[in-house]
Amino acid sequence: MMMLDEPLDRPRPISVAQRLLTGLRLDGPLLFAILMVCAFGLFVLYSAGGYNTDLLTRQSIRIGIAVVVMLIVAQIPPKMMRMWAPWLFAVGLSLLILVLVFGEVGKGARRWLDVGLVRFQPSEIMKLAAPMMAAWYLRERPLPPRISEVLMVTVGIVILPAALIARQPDLGTALLIAASGLIVILLAGLSLRLIAVAAVLTVAAAPLLWFSMHDYQRQRVLTFLNPESDPLGSGYHIIQSKIAIGSGGVFGKGWLNGTQAQLEFLPERATDFIFAVLGEEFGLLGLCSLLLMYIFIVMRGLYIATQAQDTFGRLLAGSISLTFFVYVFVNTGMVTGLLPVVGVPLPLVSYGGTSMVTLMAGFGILMSVHSHRKLVTQ
Amino acid sequence: MATRLKDHWREQRLFLARVLASGAVVIGLTLFVMVRLVDLQVLRFEHFSELSLGNRVRIEPLPPTRGLIYDRNGIVLAENLPSYQLEMIPEQVDDIDVSLEALIGLGLLEADDLERIRGEIRRQPNFRPVALRYRLSEEEVARFAVRRQQFPGVEIQARLIRHYPYGSVAVHALGYVGSVSQADLQRLDPGDYAGTTHTGKIGVEFAQEEALHGSAGYRQVLVNAQGRILQELERASPSPGSDVYLSLDLELQLAAEAALAGRRGSIVAIDPRNGQVLALVSQPGYDANLFSAGISTREYRGLQEDPDIPLFNRALRGLYPPGSTIKPVIGLAGLHYGAVAPWQRVYCLGYYTLPGSSHRFRDWKREGHGPMNLNDAIAQSCDVYFYELALKLGIDNMHDFLDGFGLGHRSGIDVPAEKAGTLPSREWKRDHFRRREDQVWFPGETLITGIGQGYLQTTPLQLAQMTATIAERGRAFRPTLVARVSDPASGDMIEFEPEALTPVEVSDPALWDAAITGMAEVMHGPRGTARAAAADAPYRIAGKTGTAQVVNIAQDEKYDAEELDERLRDHALFIAFAPLENPRIAVSVVVENGGSGSGTAAPLARAVLDDYLLRDSQ
Repeated sequence: MMMLDEPLDRPRPISVAQRLLTGLRLDGPLLFAILMVCAFGLFVLYSAGGYNTDLLTRQSIRIGIAVVVMLIVAQIPPKMMRMWAPWLFAVGLSLLILVLVFGEVGKGARRWLDVGLVRFQPSEIMKLAAPMMAAWYLRERPLPPRISEVLMVTVGIVILPAALIARQPDLGTALLIAASGLIVILLAGLSLRLIAVAAVLTVAAAPLLWFSMHDYQRQRVLTFLNPESDPLGSGYHIIQSKIAIGSGGVFGKGWLNGTQAQLEFLPERATDFIFAVLGEEFGLLGLCSLLLMYIFIVMRGLYIATQAQDTFGRLLAGSISLTFFVYVFVNTGMVTGLLPVVGVPLPLVSYGGTSMVTLMAGFGILMSVHSHRKLVTQ
Repeated sequence: MATRLKDHWREQRLFLARVLASGAVVIGLTLFVMVRLVDLQVLRFEHFSELSLGNRVRIEPLPPTRGLIYDRNGIVLAENLPSYQLEMIPEQVDDIDVSLEALIGLGLLEADDLERIRGEIRRQPNFRPVALRYRLSEEEVARFAVRRQQFPGVEIQARLIRHYPYGSVAVHALGYVGSVSQADLQRLDPGDYAGTTHTGKIGVEFAQEEALHGSAGYRQVLVNAQGRILQELERASPSPGSDVYLSLDLELQLAAEAALAGRRGSIVAIDPRNGQVLALVSQPGYDANLFSAGISTREYRGLQEDPDIPLFNRALRGLYPPGSTIKPVIGLAGLHYGAVAPWQRVYCLGYYTLPGSSHRFRDWKREGHGPMNLNDAIAQSCDVYFYELALKLGIDNMHDFLDGFGLGHRSGIDVPAEKAGTLPSREWKRDHFRRREDQVWFPGETLITGIGQGYLQTTPLQLAQMTATIAERGRAFRPTLVARVSDPASGDMIEFEPEALTPVEVSDPALWDAAITGMAEVMHGPRGTARAAAADAPYRIAGKTGTAQVVNIAQDEKYDAEELDERLRDHALFIAFAPLENPRIAVSVVVENGGSGSGTAAPLARAVLDDYLLRDSQ
């Protein structure tokens, strides 16, 4: 097998836009879907944030910054990412340790690191560094991986950072990072028998997890099982959010007309529970449209993964796409009362800074994997 | 490993299979969510729609009552008073601009405030009330009430607001509260401040915010479809903030403010035995109630543009050359390092020249003091004696010794924003100046440091701290304003213990006597510079006068000829502690452009000492 330096010989670009996209190493369909979701999100945010234009401006600036980050990441060849993966992982791990020691406390948890200009959450780096590291570790090994290799990845690359983040405590992010690493192993071809064993072990470990949880985390699980038990505490979120969505009906109450959201019954309207605002004002049609856009993004990402030319690119692109879906599922599941409240924002729509940049950086990786392909001759 | 070769084709197929499987799971889970949505939005639509219409229960935050601030004798310095304020709920107003203009027409708002109000309306959700004006008079309440129908969405609310019964008294120690700003919310817990409108901005109000604030409660209320409250259903009461007791003595503070009235300057009094600040004056001051009541743009601009800069905390941030007040410590340094003995005499000709130079460093007394020992030199504030001593000591010894007295670094007082001042040394000059030729330390600079001029800069607080350290013969405490904090709910009282700092050690403890005797001679000796200020005192005082030249004072103000002269006069300084045998109070006085330390500053200190020491016997 040998690689040539000429780029893949495609038909000549037909339009200026297409030529521009190719030149910038962007993937048209993916970019279009992402921007659609962001625009939709701004509409909902205007309503959810009480017509606050400052909020809208700040979110637009964030989206702008995040798109620039995506653009930059898309220019980095996957070969270079592969080289950097261990370093990025090491840096992320050190920062997580730093944050436990020196981090800023906000809302009772240590998650932030103050670096003069900005405060940021090192766990954001890990969201990309963990799957990169897992893909890096498995890239040259014959797949499916052996049990020893699986254990190595699981303990060293997945559990270690997840445990550090869980200590902050930020259980939601810890689980998401664990998921992104585990997805790499699944995609690498983990045998079905091992999957079954892991599932059994997880169920067996559940009581252990229960005893290591903070009170408020336990409370959330209890509330999930029976929201009515705590109508003023965390159950309030779920009850109000279900009322908001349910009362939206098929067509919704109309933009800016959701009473649940506008009269402040719904907590965390602009952030974690923005999906409920959308449901109340745009109804089933609005929610399903958004879900379909998300599905399109995930499927396009998976397609890019199948077109990737080496194991690293394949595993990484696959993991990023599926992790994105995990975000969507965990948030929508939480807001609709299918899953416990874990504090995961709705990707690209919820108001918030760092996670937006991380998501877009992830999409940048997808685009880089897709646009840096070389012609392969047998 | 030969059996485990990488089989790319097989791997790709395996990967494809996994991707297809995951894709199926993705679609499956999405359908699961969609089914749930159909369940909520179609099948149970009626149910939730009804709940939504009947959703009348709202949870509202209840702000805690802010703790009070008392002086050391339990006199209230900051309290909470009910007051009426004008509020607007933007979404209930048809045309905000028209309403605001009409309120200006009624004399309830000022045109200058429009910008601030519009900004607040823009920053907040439309259903949140925006305070238009605080502290309406009864007449204003009535004026609005009769025209209330013309202003839908504008209401009068009774709120507790912070009130400082003594107005501008001790404002630079107490600080004030102001509206919670976006920047404040970065460091405060938004949940706990959900219903709170004001927070400490500076001074004790800022430093003790956590104790004073308390914690918020919540209430559950029944509201109608417009969001108006019909009934309260349940309540979790907030727990009020703790009360804070200062070490400040209001009576002494008032006496000191009266003494300094009409001048620019500062008086700081410390109990040398424990570092408690008894009085902290910076004048001119301003009425703290302006800020808690919502200062108008015009009033604020007035304070900012006042050439006497009333907002400036001179006691903590004013930097003045200590002048001759430094001499007792320089003298002590000379004894400690063996550069001089108490009996040694220097002949003062009225000037001093460095070897090999013709430049004359002048004494303040042109004709000279004649032969001077240390005691005479302190009592009569002879410059020539200290020029020579400074040269023998060298700048680095002086730096190290003065450092022990708190100069050149923050005292660590328990309110924010104090300045560190400057205590020069060779190293400091090297780091401080960029150009190589400016980094050299000159002997002339050592001389003038010896009489408290040159680069040396101190705050009035540091001068008081230095005096307290002399009074205690080297023992020093961190200066504190807050003496204790009490929780009104539990009645628990937290006393703050004095925090001892590293004491100043001298080679022989008896050396302190030499410096202190010199300071007593200043007040009670036949030729003491401040003997007039100590006349007829029923107790003995140790003091030292000082005069600081006004050079390159950076104040950007408009000068007219008369102003100019006044503002170029020397600053008058004075430090003292008393009673001599058993010191209970140490004072520093700085009067900007006051002229001479003995003539202007010393009598003010005497008034302060009298008030504090003669109080019980009256």
